[in-house]
Amino acid sequence: MKFTLSWLKDHLDTTATLAEIADTLTDLGLEVEEVVDPAAKLAPFTLAKVLHAEKHPDADRLRVCKVLTDEGEKTIVCGAPNAREGITVVLAKPGDYVPGIDVTLGVGKIRGIESMGMMCSERELELSEEHNGIIELPSGEVGEKFTDWLAENRPEAIDPVIDISITPNRPDALGVRGIARDLAARGLGVLKPLEIEAVPGGFPSPVRPVIDPALKARGCPVFAGRLIRGVTNGESPDWLKQRLEAIGLRPISALVDITNFFTYDLNRPLHVFDAAKVKGDLSIRFAREGEEIVALDGKTYALHPTMMVIADDNGVESIAGIMGGEASGCTAETTDVFLESAYWDPITIAAAGRALKITSDARYRFERGVDPAFTLDGLELATQMVLDLCGGEASDVVVDGAIPDTSRAYRLDPARVISLVGMDIPEAEQRRTLTALGFTFTGDMAHVPSWRPDVLGEADLVEEVARIASLTKLKGIPMPRETSGVPGVILSPMQVREKTARRTIAALGYNECVTYSFIDAASAALFGGGAEATRIENPISSEMTHMRPDLLPGLLQAAARNQARGFADLALFEVGPAFAGGEPGEQALQATGLLVGASAPRDPWGSRRSVDVYDAKADAEAVLAAIGAPARVQINRKLDAWWHPGRAGNIALGPNVLATFGEVHPKVLREMGVKGPAVAFTIRLENAPFPKVKTPTRPALVLSDLHAVERDFAFVVDTTVEAMTAVNAAHGADKALIAGVSVFDQFTGPKAEEQMGAGKKSLALSVRLQPKDKTLTDAEIEAVSAKIIDKVSKATGGTLRK
Amino acid sequence: MDALDQLKSKYLDGIAQAPDEAALEDLRLAALGKKGEISLKMRELGGMSPEERQTTGAALNLLKTEIDAALRAKKEALADAALDARLKGEWLDITLPGRPRPHGTIHPVSQVMDEVTAIFADMGFAVAEGPQIESDWYNFDALNIAPEHPARQEHDTFFMARAEGDNRPPHVLRTHTSPVQIRAMQERGAPVRVIAPGRVYRMDMDQTHAPMFHQVEGMAIGRDISMANLKWTLEEFCKAFFEVPDVELRFRASHFPFTEPSAEVDIRCSWAGGQLKIGEGDSWLEILGSGMMQPKVLQAGGIDPTQWQGFAFGMGIDRIAMLKYGIPDLRAFFESDLRWLRHYGFAALDLPTVFGGLSK
Repeated sequence: MKFTLSWLKDHLDTTATLAEIADTLTDLGLEVEEVVDPAAKLAPFTLAKVLHAEKHPDADRLRVCKVLTDEGEKTIVCGAPNAREGITVVLAKPGDYVPGIDVTLGVGKIRGIESMGMMCSERELELSEEHNGIIELPSGEVGEKFTDWLAENRPEAIDPVIDISITPNRPDALGVRGIARDLAARGLGVLKPLEIEAVPGGFPSPVRPVIDPALKARGCPVFAGRLIRGVTNGESPDWLKQRLEAIGLRPISALVDITNFFTYDLNRPLHVFDAAKVKGDLSIRFAREGEEIVALDGKTYALHPTMMVIADDNGVESIAGIMGGEASGCTAETTDVFLESAYWDPITIAAAGRALKITSDARYRFERGVDPAFTLDGLELATQMVLDLCGGEASDVVVDGAIPDTSRAYRLDPARVISLVGMDIPEAEQRRTLTALGFTFTGDMAHVPSWRPDVLGEADLVEEVARIASLTKLKGIPMPRETSGVPGVILSPMQVREKTARRTIAALGYNECVTYSFIDAASAALFGGGAEATRIENPISSEMTHMRPDLLPGLLQAAARNQARGFADLALFEVGPAFAGGEPGEQALQATGLLVGASAPRDPWGSRRSVDVYDAKADAEAVLAAIGAPARVQINRKLDAWWHPGRAGNIALGPNVLATFGEVHPKVLREMGVKGPAVAFTIRLENAPFPKVKTPTRPALVLSDLHAVERDFAFVVDTTVEAMTAVNAAHGADKALIAGVSVFDQFTGPKAEEQMGAGKKSLALSVRLQPKDKTLTDAEIEAVSAKIIDKVSKATGGTLRK
Repeated sequence: MDALDQLKSKYLDGIAQAPDEAALEDLRLAALGKKGEISLKMRELGGMSPEERQTTGAALNLLKTEIDAALRAKKEALADAALDARLKGEWLDITLPGRPRPHGTIHPVSQVMDEVTAIFADMGFAVAEGPQIESDWYNFDALNIAPEHPARQEHDTFFMARAEGDNRPPHVLRTHTSPVQIRAMQERGAPVRVIAPGRVYRMDMDQTHAPMFHQVEGMAIGRDISMANLKWTLEEFCKAFFEVPDVELRFRASHFPFTEPSAEVDIRCSWAGGQLKIGEGDSWLEILGSGMMQPKVLQAGGIDPTQWQGFAFGMGIDRIAMLKYGIPDLRAFFESDLRWLRHYGFAALDLPTVFGGLSK
C-alpha cells in the first residue's frame, strides 16, 4: 500500500515529521517497507540570482555568469541558452551531489575560467525530463533552500512516498483514511472530518441493477449505481495524475482515475461502465457454464458458475469485484457513464480471484473486506468528483439489496487487557483508544466500526489497545520457572535416545546431513515407497513428489552428488522421520548411516581398504549399545529388497527389527548413480525396548581370583555355516564355566577348499573358561573341550580341524 | 689397614674402567664372589680377637658395600650407554601422518536445536513434538485460520494426495510448528511450558527459501502470563543464544491468526564490515513472530481461555543458525555437500549446555 505524505495530510491534520510518521506506522503494525523522500536528495541546493551574464571569451555556447549566492558573488560558467541576467536559479555548489547526472561537483575550470558550481536543470535534479535550459524560478530569495521553495510552490515535487505492508486483518488500512485514523488514534494528529453530501439526481437512471436472489444473502447484499450523462472523459487534472503516478499507477482517463483514487483514498473500489455500451439492465448473478469475458487487461477469462458477474443483454460485462470487461469499458468517447458501488462477499471474491489468477486492486480489497456501510457514501463522493472533473448530470441513485448488518459489540475488560499485555494502560486510555479507532461504547460494550471486519472478539479489543499504546514501549517482566530448585528432566526418553544416536554416529566419523523429507517417485519406489497415500498433490518439483519411505535414498542421492564433485569416500548419516503412509503419525524415526568407497585415505600405513558389511555392522551395534538396546539379539536375513540379499542382515528381537546393516543392493546403487562399494545401516530408533525397570544401580561386579583359561578350537564346516551357530553352540557346552566365546579367525576361499575340500571353510573359536571356586585340572579342561567340540560339530555339521 | 685401602682402590678403579658388563661381572666375582678377595678376608675374621674382629669386620663390610654400589652404578651407566647407542639408531620420521581417524560432524540445524533446547530447558520448558504430515484441522482450523482466510492461501501449503472417494479435506505437510501447540495443550493441559522444534514445509524455492526448513515453537500458559513475560523470555533467550551480555528487542504490532495481540520481534544489531553483531548498532533484524494466544486457540487445545492465558512464538532455526554462525545460504543446509558439512558442522562431543557454554 503506497501513498504520499500530502495525501495522508488530506485526512490527517498533523505537524509530525516524515520520520515520526514512518516509525509510528511500523510500531502500529503498518510496517513501512520503504520511504522515498525526494527532498532528501535536493537538500543541498539553494536559490541564487544571475547578476550578469556574458559570452565566454573562448566558447560561443558558454556564458560566464556573475551569480549572487548565499555565500556572496560567484563566477559560474554555464552552457544553458536561458542563462541570463536577472533570473532566479537553483544553485549546486562544489561538494554537492547532483542526482540527475550522478556527479559530486568540484571546482571546475572551463576553457580557462574557474566555475564555482552549476545552475541546474529540472532533469539534473530529477524533477522532470526538462533539459532545454536551467530552472528559472518565478519567485524566491537568494540563499533560500530549494526544498523550502518547492514546499511552498510545488509541494507535489517533493511529496514523500511511503510504502507499507498491510497484514490481512487490516482491510481498513488499504485506504489512506484508515491509515490516518490509526495515526490519529496514536495522537500523531487529528483525523479530518469527511464531508459527505448527497448529490441530487436529476433524472431516473435508465440502467438498473437487479441482484439474482441466489446472491443476495451472501455474494452481493447490496449494489448501488447511477448514470451520469454528458460527461467529458478527458485527462485527469494534474493533482490527480500526480497522486496516482506517485504510487505507481498509470493515469488513464478521468473516469478510470477517479475509481482508482477512491480505491486508494477510502478503500472504496468502484467501477465505471460506458452506459452507451450497456444493453438493458445490469443483472448481478453467478456466471453461467461456458461464459467468457474479455477483461480490461485484454485477456479472455473462462468463467465458472461459482463466480459472480455483472451482465446485461449482451452478456457478461464485468467480473464482479475483480475486473471490468473491455466491451463496456470507458474510453475518451464515453459521454454517459454508469458508476457502480457494491459490496461483494470476501470469500466468493477470493475463490474467483484465485481460480482466475487475476490480481487487481479491487479483488485485493474486496477479498479482505471493504466497509459495507460506506457503499452509498462512496457512490455520492465519487459522483461529485465525476461532476467536478468531467461535468455532466447525475441520475437518481438506483439500489438493489440492502447494506448488510455487521453490527456487533464485545465487552472491554480493562483489567484483563492489563493482565494480558503486561502494561499499565489506564481504563480511560483504553476507551479513548477504541473510540479514536471508531468504536462506540454502551457501558462496557464496545461496538465495532463497520470498517473493521477483523474484530471478532474481546481479544481483538486487547490487540487494538496494545497496538495503539505501542508494543515498542513494552518492558520485559521476568517469568520464573514454575518450580524452584533443580529442574527435573526435560527430555523424553525417546528425545534423549535420538540425541544419543546422533552424537554417537557423528563420533563414529559420519557427517550429519539434513535431506528433504520428500523425494522423487522412482527413488521412493526403490525403497518400498511411492504409494499414492504418500504422494504430494502439489509438489514443487518432480524431484520432490513423495514422502520418503526411508532415509537411505536421500543419503544415496547426497553421495552421488558428492561423488560428482570428486569426493569418493563418504560417511554420511541422517537422523529423522521416514513416512510409511500419508496419515498424521505414520512416520518413524530412523538413524541411517552410509559408508561409500574406502575406509580411510591413502596413507603410508596401508589403512585404506574398501568399506564392507562388517564396518556397517560394527557401527550399527555401537549405536544400538549407545541407546541402551538389549545386548542379546538375533541376526536374520528377512531383508528389504534394497539390501544385498547375501551381504546384509537384520538385528532383531524376534520379529522386532531394531536395525539393518549391510551392502546396498548393487541394482539400487546403479539406479541411484552411486559408485560402490556402499554399505549402510538403518536403526529404527523407536523399536528398541526401553528397560522395564529404570534404576541407576549397576548389578554387583563378580570378580574371580582364579585365572581364566583360554582354549582355541578350529572347525571345518560348510562355507554357508554361520559363525553365530558355532559360537552359540560352544556357549551352550557349559554355561557355568564358559565366560566368553569369540571368533578369532576364518579361513575361506580357494586355498581353504584346496586343503579342506570343496565347499568347506575353517572357523576358529577362542573359548574363555572362568573357574569359580578352584583351579581347573587338565582333566576338567579336557572334558569341557570335548563337550565344546561335540556341541559345535553337531550344531554346524562340521569337524574339529586336525 | 693399608691392605684394605689398596683393595678398595684396585676394585673401584677396575669398575670405573670396566668396558662392558662381562668385565664388570668378572670384577664382582673377583671381589665379592664365593672365592673373591673380600669374601676370603671375611672368612679370616673368625681367627681374630674379638676387638680386632670388630674393627676389621666393620671395615670389610663398608668396603663390600662400597664396591657393590660401584658395581651397580657402573652397570646402570653401561646399560644407559647401550640404550643411548640403540636409540640413536631408532629414528623415525615423526612428520609422517598419524593413523587416520574419521571426523564426523553434527549438522548446524541439530546443533542449534540442541542449543535452543538447552536454554529453554533451563527456563523450565519441556520439548513437545508432533507429526509432520498434519490434518488441516491441526495446521489451520485449530489455530484460528479459517478455510477462506487469506493467510491460509499465503501459507503456500503442500497438500497430500487424497484417494478417490476419501472426502476428508487433504492432509498437509505442516506449514509451521504451531500445530504442536494444540497437541501439547491436549496432551499436557495447563499450566504448560513447551518448545517444539522441527521440520516445516512451504512451497517456496528461491535464493532465500527452501521448501523445507526448521522452526521452533514456544508456548507458555499460566494464570497471568503476559506479553511482558514473553518479552523477557525472548530477551533471556536471545542473550543466551547469541552469547552476548545484553540484547535489545523491539516488539512491533503485527497480525497472526493464532495470537492476539501479535508482535513481530526485531533485535538490535549492526552489520559493520559485513559482520553481524547482535546487541549493538543502529539496525533492527526481524527474528521471530509472537503474541498472546488467541482464546479460540486455547479452546481448540481444550483449555478454558477465561481461566488461562499464555504466549506463543515461532522462530526459524535455520535462520538463527545462519545469523549466529554466519552461514550465507539456506538451501545449502539441505544439499549435503561434504565441504559444507565439514566447514559448518560441529564436533560430536560439542554438546551445548547452559553451564558449559553453547558454542566454543
